[in-house]
Amino acid sequence: MRKYLFYPGCSLERNASAYYDSVMALREPLGIEFEEIEDWNCCGATEYTSLHRLGSFALQGRNLALAAKQVAGGNNVLAAPCSACYLNLSKAEHYLRGDEHLAAQVNEALATGGLSYRPGTIDVRHMLDILLNDIGLEEIRAKVVKPLTGLRVAAYYGCFVIRPDYEHRFSSPEYPTVLEDLLEVLGAEVVEYPAKAHCCSGHMPSISAPSAYELIRRLIAMAVEKKAHTIVTLCPMCQLNLDAYQADMNRFFGTKYRMPILYFTQLIGLAFGKAPEELGFGKELVDARPALKKIGVKMVHPAEETGGTAPAAPKPRKKEEGLPMPKMPAKHQNEEVS
Amino acid sequence: MKETPSQSGDTGSSFLEEVIQATPGDPRLEMCIQCGTCAGSCPSGADMDHTPRAIFAMIRADMREEVFQSNTPWFCISCYYCTVRCPQEVHITDLMYTLKSMALRKGYARNTAWADFSKTFNEYVFNYGKAFELGLATRFTMRHASLRDIPGLAQMGMGMMARQRMSLIPQKINGLESLQKVLTRAEEIEEESR
Amino acid sequence: MAAESETKQPQERIGVYVCHCGSNIAGTVDVAEVARWAGEELKDDGVVVSRDYKFMCSSLGQEMIQKDIVEQGLTRVVVAACSPHLHEATFRNACARAGMNPYLCELVSIREQCSWVHTDKAKATEKSKAILAGGVLRVARDTPLEPMRVPIHPDVLVVGGGVTGIQAALELANGGKHVYLVEKDSTLGGHMAQLDKTFPTLDCSACILTPRMVSAGNHPNITLLTWSEVTGVSGYVGNFTITIRKKARFVREDLCNGCGVCTEKCPKKVVDDGFEAGLGYRKAVYTAFPQAVPKYPVIDVENCTYFIKGTCKACEKFCPTGAIDFNQEDEILTVPVGNIILATGYQTFDARRIPQYGYGRLANVFTSMEFERLSNAAGPTGGKVTLRDGKTTPKTVGIIHCVGSRDKKYNEYCSAICCMQSLKFAHVVKERTGAQVYEFYIDMRTPGKSYDEFYLRNLEEGVLFVRGRVAEVTDVARLPGEEGKLIIQAEDSLIGKQRRIPVDMVILSTGLEPRDDAKEVAKLFGISCSADGWYIERHVKLEPISTMTEGVFIAGCVVGPKDIPASVAQGSAVAARVYQYIQQGEISLEPYRATINAEECSGCRICNDLCPFNAISYHEEEQVSEVNPALCQGCGTCVSACPAGAITGWGFSDEQILAQIEGLMAVRS
Repeated sequence: MRKYLFYPGCSLERNASAYYDSVMALREPLGIEFEEIEDWNCCGATEYTSLHRLGSFALQGRNLALAAKQVAGGNNVLAAPCSACYLNLSKAEHYLRGDEHLAAQVNEALATGGLSYRPGTIDVRHMLDILLNDIGLEEIRAKVVKPLTGLRVAAYYGCFVIRPDYEHRFSSPEYPTVLEDLLEVLGAEVVEYPAKAHCCSGHMPSISAPSAYELIRRLIAMAVEKKAHTIVTLCPMCQLNLDAYQADMNRFFGTKYRMPILYFTQLIGLAFGKAPEELGFGKELVDARPALKKIGVKMVHPAEETGGTAPAAPKPRKKEEGLPMPKMPAKHQNEEVS
Repeated sequence: MKETPSQSGDTGSSFLEEVIQATPGDPRLEMCIQCGTCAGSCPSGADMDHTPRAIFAMIRADMREEVFQSNTPWFCISCYYCTVRCPQEVHITDLMYTLKSMALRKGYARNTAWADFSKTFNEYVFNYGKAFELGLATRFTMRHASLRDIPGLAQMGMGMMARQRMSLIPQKINGLESLQKVLTRAEEIEEESR
Repeated sequence: MAAESETKQPQERIGVYVCHCGSNIAGTVDVAEVARWAGEELKDDGVVVSRDYKFMCSSLGQEMIQKDIVEQGLTRVVVAACSPHLHEATFRNACARAGMNPYLCELVSIREQCSWVHTDKAKATEKSKAILAGGVLRVARDTPLEPMRVPIHPDVLVVGGGVTGIQAALELANGGKHVYLVEKDSTLGGHMAQLDKTFPTLDCSACILTPRMVSAGNHPNITLLTWSEVTGVSGYVGNFTITIRKKARFVREDLCNGCGVCTEKCPKKVVDDGFEAGLGYRKAVYTAFPQAVPKYPVIDVENCTYFIKGTCKACEKFCPTGAIDFNQEDEILTVPVGNIILATGYQTFDARRIPQYGYGRLANVFTSMEFERLSNAAGPTGGKVTLRDGKTTPKTVGIIHCVGSRDKKYNEYCSAICCMQSLKFAHVVKERTGAQVYEFYIDMRTPGKSYDEFYLRNLEEGVLFVRGRVAEVTDVARLPGEEGKLIIQAEDSLIGKQRRIPVDMVILSTGLEPRDDAKEVAKLFGISCSADGWYIERHVKLEPISTMTEGVFIAGCVVGPKDIPASVAQGSAVAARVYQYIQQGEISLEPYRATINAEECSGCRICNDLCPFNAISYHEEEQVSEVNPALCQGCGTCVSACPAGAITGWGFSDEQILAQIEGLMAVRS
């Protein structure tokens, strides 16, 4: 049994309940046990850090201190599926470890709440990191019973998981390929998606909608251009922006995109043979049923039916003559060379 | 011609030093070579009054007022592209956070949509221990959205609620009192160290 | 303050001289006080005169010492001043001229080891006294030594056959000295042979280089060993033994006439990652380029059908002189040389490490070396500047500076030549295609002769400059006019606005870096690399081409990025230095040597294998070991290892060292 401490964050409880459902559904096939942190508080997203310096460290500090209380038998890994929560907690841990003075100040504040935290106690990790490095692709491949053959997926990382990546857990802050590797193991067809690390605009839809819509539009448009059936995300904020704001973005630009946005754990669940209802399908605003149809999965959906024709498969490119291209190291054209 | 602060002579610790001090860790702002990579990478760059690089040049020139009046830090979406690409490893995103809070403390950006969004969000965190999107959305929308946006937002809100992606009531954590003590003390400590 | 040593020494007459070094020492150490103290407190240890002076290394300072030696009958001298690295020789020579054995003079450092590293004056002064006391006690135990004189072998090894190595080799060869010129590649020329034009004169690179290559190839005094590597170095200055592996070409040099039929008939074509920078093709049997020196082709074992499958042999069939020999073996040569010159050059930064610039993913992003080959008349497109399809002429080109340089994540230093290189590219593009050219730079570095004028020429030709380090190169169109183009996104920092500039072609001006094997090679020759990997010169300002290892010299880009004039100048400089040594005919080596007391040696032989210079041999009959003073470098390893304490160091005996420690410890601050 692999045991992890678990920090859902405010998103997973509501907005990203599909992410929560699909993460939970993976426990049984992968032998994972989650122990939720007792009485955790909000990580503050990007809002608390914007206006409070020490306060935001104290906000994370309380969560880390509570987690520390639950460390038993050497299991000190805190799984944080939400990318923003992951960044906030791991960044706080990183800074507290490196700055004694800051750690002392934070502990002084925590003491008033009857808590304390020794930096280095908790190892904060994102769900993707755990799946790739603790579980490993081979084990995941072994558990696939319904390969996602025929599903064209654009893998979208967003920002917070791969940047700033203080602990260097992911291969590249610009062009990572680890999520693609995972999706290929599930049998999906991964499309080339150069915008995979571009920002979804974060909280901008509320603050300056036009700039936000443009950033969202770029991501959706490129996926459509690359003929993806769905975009797969790691982050509730990205999912919200691309999914919930898609209609508004369409209205703003006069476009008619209907690109379903899913969590990567939902696809893993499908490949493991789980029913879509178990994995939070139906919670997305842009209907994912057309994508599910591609892999022969049916479900009952409370929302409206959607129309639209499937995008045609692209024609294979003719081999071109000309000067040779530089040698790139591995199967992915866009992998980083260290 | 209005005398800019940079011409008015020395007034104690420089703006540059102040900003560096107020940022956690070692932000390395003094190492900025003004190359412009941050400004070139920023997804919001086109919408900012001044690019991030320009803001840093202005900080060096002690142009406090212009910096605080600029919308630049508020348009930072924390994508960290600047931070990972900076050739001198300046912690640009962290510096943007510093400028946001400094600006508010000095009385700038009050009542702007961007400052209000963060403040409203934070109020819920303080009063409940968790975020409350519906509350944030309604309060914020009532203050800052234009009438034109309302139908679209309402539709989205209904869609979210129908799929149970939004709570109707905020949730309080059990240890709220303890959290509030911690956060209040943190503010005091920060105040004392300024 | 009498010393408590075992043997009672007859009293020496010691002169102490404490230097102010302007304010370098005197600013932190109370020099007068130190001199006064030594004169009074160290009387019982032999100090008969103690002075301080502003600049001991000056003529007047030296004369002061010489006068005292003669008039006061000094038998020992201690100077407390700067580091022995700088002026030990100065003071020893001064003593020698006054008739005293130079090895009876000690220089102790109260500058680098005291005044320059401390700020507390009182403590620094006390520390200086301690250092001086150590020197006094030691010098009393110094013995008069005679330097060893060893002959300098007149032959020279030059490693690296690029423009710098060729220059050094020719300078020496023209002076009548014999040179082994060893080059790893199959031909001379190095990177300069790959270039199209050289800035700022726009000379054709091959045209100015190939005559030199030919001279070096034909010179009676140069033994050219291409397709070869140095595998072993032993010995010391004046007397090195070099082992060279001459790799098999599988072509007999005595029979090959360079006709090229083998290459023509070879059916195996591969991408040429070497000379053509991956932009062109070559055969499995090939010469790197038409003007290669020597003209003999080589067979690429990894790609040759015969070596892979055992079939083909087309080259052998068609060779008119029967020069192909598949059974040829590597040759090992061992040669004696007196001096070694390392001119192994650089490699270019691997642009694949910066994914946001798109190299390797976006077809029309080129590196500087790729562009050199593209624009070269002997290159894969015959000198036509085209896109990766080999056909289309670009209408707009973006040139990006500082790729991999000036960046903490890659190489922090500036690569010195890329600004000029970029301007050169701009000019070439304009001239050949009339395209619109944009240069993206952070600073414009054009310090050389006629360099800044070349920048102005670019402006005259209508090149557009954007001051902003490029954030990314993308093919994702967003705005009108971007479809099908590469878009360079950067802040135009002189305007303060983000710009997206669509271009057809991007050239990355990649920086220079040390070669992948530079560290290994340095180790082989016994020299050091800096943190960046460039070889370390003896003194950054005053000794740019010698190293801390006697007899090993460095020149060209292997020391740090530089342009061709600077490399050539260093090639000449290093040749002049080596010539000087050879002309002297012999070199005097420091007499610091280990010596084994045969009576105390137990014959355990522990020292034999420990010696890094193989200087210790064992005499079977007598059952004792002996140190060969010619090979011994005085490193002290055997001295400390000998369990019987039978080995002493001349000039660094236990007695001397212990006395010095005693002196240091006796003064408490």
